[in-house]
Amino acid sequence: MIETLIWIAVAVVAIGMYLSWTAGRLDRLHTRIDAARAALDAQLLRRASVTQELATSGVLDPAASIVLYEAAHAARQAEEEQREVAESELSAALRAVFGEPEQVEAVKEIPGGEDAASELAAAVRRVPMARRFHNDAVRAARALRRHRKVRWFRLAGHAPFPLAFEMDDEPPVALADRPVS
Amino acid sequence: MKIGIVCPYSWDVPGGVQFHIRDLAEHLIRLGHQVSVLAPADDETPLPPYVVSAGRAVPVPYNGSVARLNFGFLSAARVRRWLHDGTFDVIHIHEPTSPSLGLLACWAAQGPIVATFHTSNPRSRAMLAAYPILQPALEKISARIAVSEYARRTLVEHLGGDAVVIPNGVDVGFFAAAEPRAEWQSGDARSEGGTIGFIGRIDEPRKGLPVLMRALPAILAARPETRLLVAGRGDEEEAVASLPEAMRERVEFLGMVSDADKARLLRSVDLYVAPNTGGESFGIILVEAMSAGAPVLASDLDAFAQVLDLGAAGELFANEDADALAGAAIRLLGDPQRRRELSERGTAHVRRFDWSTVGADILAVYETVTDGAASVAADERTGLRARLGLARE
Repeated sequence: MIETLIWIAVAVVAIGMYLSWTAGRLDRLHTRIDAARAALDAQLLRRASVTQELATSGVLDPAASIVLYEAAHAARQAEEEQREVAESELSAALRAVFGEPEQVEAVKEIPGGEDAASELAAAVRRVPMARRFHNDAVRAARALRRHRKVRWFRLAGHAPFPLAFEMDDEPPVALADRPVS
Repeated sequence: MKIGIVCPYSWDVPGGVQFHIRDLAEHLIRLGHQVSVLAPADDETPLPPYVVSAGRAVPVPYNGSVARLNFGFLSAARVRRWLHDGTFDVIHIHEPTSPSLGLLACWAAQGPIVATFHTSNPRSRAMLAAYPILQPALEKISARIAVSEYARRTLVEHLGGDAVVIPNGVDVGFFAAAEPRAEWQSGDARSEGGTIGFIGRIDEPRKGLPVLMRALPAILAARPETRLLVAGRGDEEEAVASLPEAMRERVEFLGMVSDADKARLLRSVDLYVAPNTGGESFGIILVEAMSAGAPVLASDLDAFAQVLDLGAAGELFANEDADALAGAAIRLLGDPQRRRELSERGTAHVRRFDWSTVGADILAVYETVTDGAASVAADERTGLRARLGLARE
């Protein structure tokens, strides 16, 4: 009798430790998502700022300037629910304006244009990177949260179910191509 | 930035991953970053100042061949100490799925972790069985890098999730500036287009020398002046055994060559042939050949096709098809115009593989993951006492 009780106690403790360890894993994943989301936000903001700067610098023709300014402004002001759409539209606008290598060359020629162009090139390359890292973290967390042990024992607590950030982040060809530096 | 790099394979044994890590570390140091590489190494081996030894690697049969790996308490303790002493902003683990230092570091660290996946193994049973064991360690990785689109696809299939593709780097300038050697070039104008180069282990069938040997009689029949220059370790007698006696003298074995000689060889030959039959996830040698301006003819492996821009920067032939190889080689050797064209396209194409570009991309990954996170620390697993609120701190 006593022996059975001891075994049950050992099993309960073992299961408890396992669940505690899993909760720790989940907690770490949520931290990772937060960090990845912060990094993605930073990159998106950086892209919008550089675009806005270029649009107001008078380097581009007025039509292109307005298109870029509008898109960058909308992306920065977007509510959380419209964010993905607004950022995708900024990608499309950038592709429309910087689709041709000549446009990029023109920007580079003016004083300070070299810096602006390389900063924009860095920004459009890093957005897809940051988004991929973010969605990778989201996927890992979702896979774990769907597991029985996590659902039954409510190990995730009150943390919201993580959502991937879906947007069109295809960079403009002329900028994505390797800078000749 | 303080960067810790973990190398899973013995530093004493030359290999693609080790060279990649060496070049990356030196590139980052030149840019002014603080880099420390943790690698398995014999205690007697002289190490560069930035390498920290994690102890001797033990040869273990793993994944179909004998690999030299590190595991056990001692290695785990060394990894922990390295992480603790290093106070890195980011650690970069190579091959985190191999049961060696990479996995140990993944297990023992927390904070921004970047991992590069080099191999592209087809789905193996061992991988499937190991998945639940690997998952808790792998999900700590904040950013995954695959060396090719092909490697990325295998990674997505095996482990789920996603990765960014950053190719392996090559010091393009080093190869482009190498001095050709007269005895490796085709002699006079008559035999112009007369030397073929091959670099790789002779006795490793996957490197494809047997395919090239099967194609050689046809090539020599069409162009008797052709010479084949082979650089690499292995049994030379056995390699030419399938050739008719009279043709054997057209094959020259150079043995193991130094990096400088490799560059000079690639600068000298009229055609570089890569007949590899499989197991390649990237194809750094093709990039080196293109950097040196050698026209490339390679088997149409997924990884090779990617590196050669789907055939735009070098020609492809059907894998393991000796007749196709012979046909393409004869055509190219007899067509200086086409070879010049390939050489020019190759030279333009390899710029994306230069360390200046690849290094900038890798740094961009480091910066992205460190943006929103604290620095790397040893993962002190919360003890039971702490969890029950009993720890005195």
